[in-house]
Amino acid sequence: MNISFTKETLANGLEVLLHEDHACPIVAVNLWYHVGSKNEHPGHTGFAHLFEHLMFEGSEHHDKGYFQPLQGAGATLNGSTNADRTNYWEVVPTGALELALWMESDRMGYLLPALTQAKFANQRDVVLNERRQNYENRPYGLAPMALLAALFPDDHPYHWTTIGEIADLQRVQLDEVHAFFRRYYHPANASIALAGDVDAGEALALVEQYFGEIDPGDAVEPVGASAGLQHDVRIRFEDRVELPRLYLAWLTPAMFADGDADLDLATDLLANGKTSRLYRRLVFDERIATDVSASQNSREIAGYSQITATAAPGHTLAELETAIFEEIARLAADGPTDDEIERGRVQAEAQFMFRLQTVGGFGGKSDQLNAYNVFLHDPAYFDRDLARYQTVTSASLGAAVGRYLDPRRRVTLSIVPEGRAALAAADSAVAVVS
Amino acid sequence: MSGARAVRAVKADRSRLPAPRTSPALPFPAIEKATLESGMRVWTVRHTQVPLVAFMLLVRRGAASDPAGKDGLAAVTADMLDEGSGERSAIEIHEALARLGAQFDTDIGSDATVASVSVLSRFSQRALGLLSDMIVRPALRAEDFARVRQLRLHRLTQLRDMPGALADRAFLRLLYGAHPYGHSPIGSEATLAAMTIDDVRAFHARAIRPAVATLIAVGDCDHDHVVRLAAEAFGDWSGGAGLDASDGAPVPQAPAITVVPRPRAPQSELRIGHVSAARSTPDYHALVVANTILGGQFVSRINLNLREHKGLTYGARTSFEFRRLAGPFALQASVATNGTAVAIRESIGEIAGIRGERPVTADELALGIAALTRGYARNFETGEQIGRAAMQLALYDLPDDYFQQFVPRIEAVTADDVSRVTARHLDPSRLVTVVVGDLDAIGAELASLAEAAPAVLSPDSI
Repeated sequence: MNISFTKETLANGLEVLLHEDHACPIVAVNLWYHVGSKNEHPGHTGFAHLFEHLMFEGSEHHDKGYFQPLQGAGATLNGSTNADRTNYWEVVPTGALELALWMESDRMGYLLPALTQAKFANQRDVVLNERRQNYENRPYGLAPMALLAALFPDDHPYHWTTIGEIADLQRVQLDEVHAFFRRYYHPANASIALAGDVDAGEALALVEQYFGEIDPGDAVEPVGASAGLQHDVRIRFEDRVELPRLYLAWLTPAMFADGDADLDLATDLLANGKTSRLYRRLVFDERIATDVSASQNSREIAGYSQITATAAPGHTLAELETAIFEEIARLAADGPTDDEIERGRVQAEAQFMFRLQTVGGFGGKSDQLNAYNVFLHDPAYFDRDLARYQTVTSASLGAAVGRYLDPRRRVTLSIVPEGRAALAAADSAVAVVS
Repeated sequence: MSGARAVRAVKADRSRLPAPRTSPALPFPAIEKATLESGMRVWTVRHTQVPLVAFMLLVRRGAASDPAGKDGLAAVTADMLDEGSGERSAIEIHEALARLGAQFDTDIGSDATVASVSVLSRFSQRALGLLSDMIVRPALRAEDFARVRQLRLHRLTQLRDMPGALADRAFLRLLYGAHPYGHSPIGSEATLAAMTIDDVRAFHARAIRPAVATLIAVGDCDHDHVVRLAAEAFGDWSGGAGLDASDGAPVPQAPAITVVPRPRAPQSELRIGHVSAARSTPDYHALVVANTILGGQFVSRINLNLREHKGLTYGARTSFEFRRLAGPFALQASVATNGTAVAIRESIGEIAGIRGERPVTADELALGIAALTRGYARNFETGEQIGRAAMQLALYDLPDDYFQQFVPRIEAVTADDVSRVTARHLDPSRLVTVVVGDLDAIGAELASLAEAAPAVLSPDSI
């Protein structure tokens, strides 16, 4: 299963990926900048994401809202920021491709002359509201802050969340915005993918026409950092919740590294869906939890796996912790059954197909091409990505679980109802989160 | 490295935006239709981009069919469908789905229950077999029911801490009272606690019937083949139209502003609206255009005002929820606590404005219509999108050429139409505002917004 594409590099360094799919008269434009919250520093967090907001506020030659002309052309558009990259996308009717390239290139080449203090102050307020809505005013919403801070040391760029610290957001100044733009938003740090109803040659000429004039900028040095847990870090905090919840987290391999696919399948097999071992035991049979989930969160320079379970009324986080580690130990010792391995393989195949149904948007073929290109310099990685999952064996999965989901080196976070600190897992220290 | 890079000497023309060229249209694909002896309809659409098939089984009975005093029964019945069939346990059903790499989901709304399975096309027959096992022959065991109900009760407990869920539930109750749309599908602690497996069995027998069901298959599949497979899989399903929702009790008039206290909340969760239009309204297309301009897109009046000009929220939007009976119009936003009163005043001002002193401008109308029509093709890119579209036809009895007619009918909407339909379907004097927020911080300001002091509704009473 591969998708056909061509890759070109403009003279200024912009990498261009082109994929033709004429089934639907639309084109996905997907532009990645290789910058995320990993490029921030302590005291200046939340910046990459705040900056993403500013990219929708107009540029020198169209100093008005970014949405109006594109929505008027029938486009849908958005952007997103994570620890490792920021992406911007439009899905446009075939005839509006040139408009989208004009708009994207203008904000890559000519953002700063249009970036005023008033826009900046407004979008900072919007982001503070986004933070309140999605983290502070949401039950268990501050869990990511506590987990990342405990997993990664203070100076590690995964120590903080992409939304950033409130104090940092309130302190940031406009001149930082300018410096950030100059350092990260240029052709040498970007990759653009066009997928859909285009002629690859014509599309490349249009990209050249609009992006070719932009100054390349300086190459961005890769971010390096290391992390290691030496013991079981046990923390807790109180929140406006009804039921106590246990989070377990471990440092694991980075995206595409050895062990990543094993842990991806292992976390599914442990706690995703009704067939998973922990759902069956905790929720279905013993009924000591109301829900359980798990994930391998692989990022560019490190990963972490996480298991989350909420205690049913009348049951304790200690019961959950004991049961979860029994199941982890059993999986590590015996590996998965043949049926579990076979299910994992066919699910991986189906998931790949589901992901490739659309040309773009959040996900879709254009975004996947960019992911492989930016992280691996290899947009043809589809087959090998699937093969990573198809070649997992019972032995390799069991070994990865034994090695990485180690009870002696982990973070154990309890979030308990206000005033009920005693419901936390034993020996937990108070975590300060905000 | 950068020094070696060349920059194109010829600069692009940035004096004006390039005008979009005409884009090809995408005709909505043909739906092939058959009806089985039982009355179940089988609709298929060929869509062969990827080797997948999406099956959706729509039953036109939902939470509005909950019998009196049994709020939540339709939803818990839907939840019981995948809890085992015949000799197979719930876990075994899901293992069988997992062996197909299937994505399985059930969805319940006021007017319908939908079970969907998407699979690699080579597993079509097995997927349909499993779907029919779950819909027609669910085990409905007392032991499984006890567990499922308990999980739903825990879920209700947790919803008390979620401002958005609290606001939604309070809003529906204030708008509709005892009407079939007055409760959210999950029901309440009291009704769930009183429910039994016999209620579920009776509801399944009376409401989940082939005469009100449509199976939709979209993907790499052949119509005759799907009809044959469906006839085999659903062959023993029988029963007439059965239980239906009542036509609806009259709706009450609630206080202008109701606060659900959430002490120390950093934001206020808002819902503002009233009962408005049904899906069958002849004003449908004009209302869709009106809503796009008022609060249905990023550059809508409401979002530009509250987010882009005032920085009070991450986003604000409005919607007409068109259903078989008159559905709610609702504005929703989560706003900074200290901006609550301003946000409410501005929101009501925008709703009043579009139907009165500030009718839509020619530019707004052109933008709204273009946003709805020019990119219309992208709504039908995947098999699942096409299936969901076909489901709208089946649920609301829309004609087969509905999607072909959508673009011309939207393009025919005028500014006068927008004024007329907003005046008819939006009434500022009837607007009901629900605020889940910090009463101590916002109470005094809210009192200044309306003639009466805000009503207070305890979260535990919702």
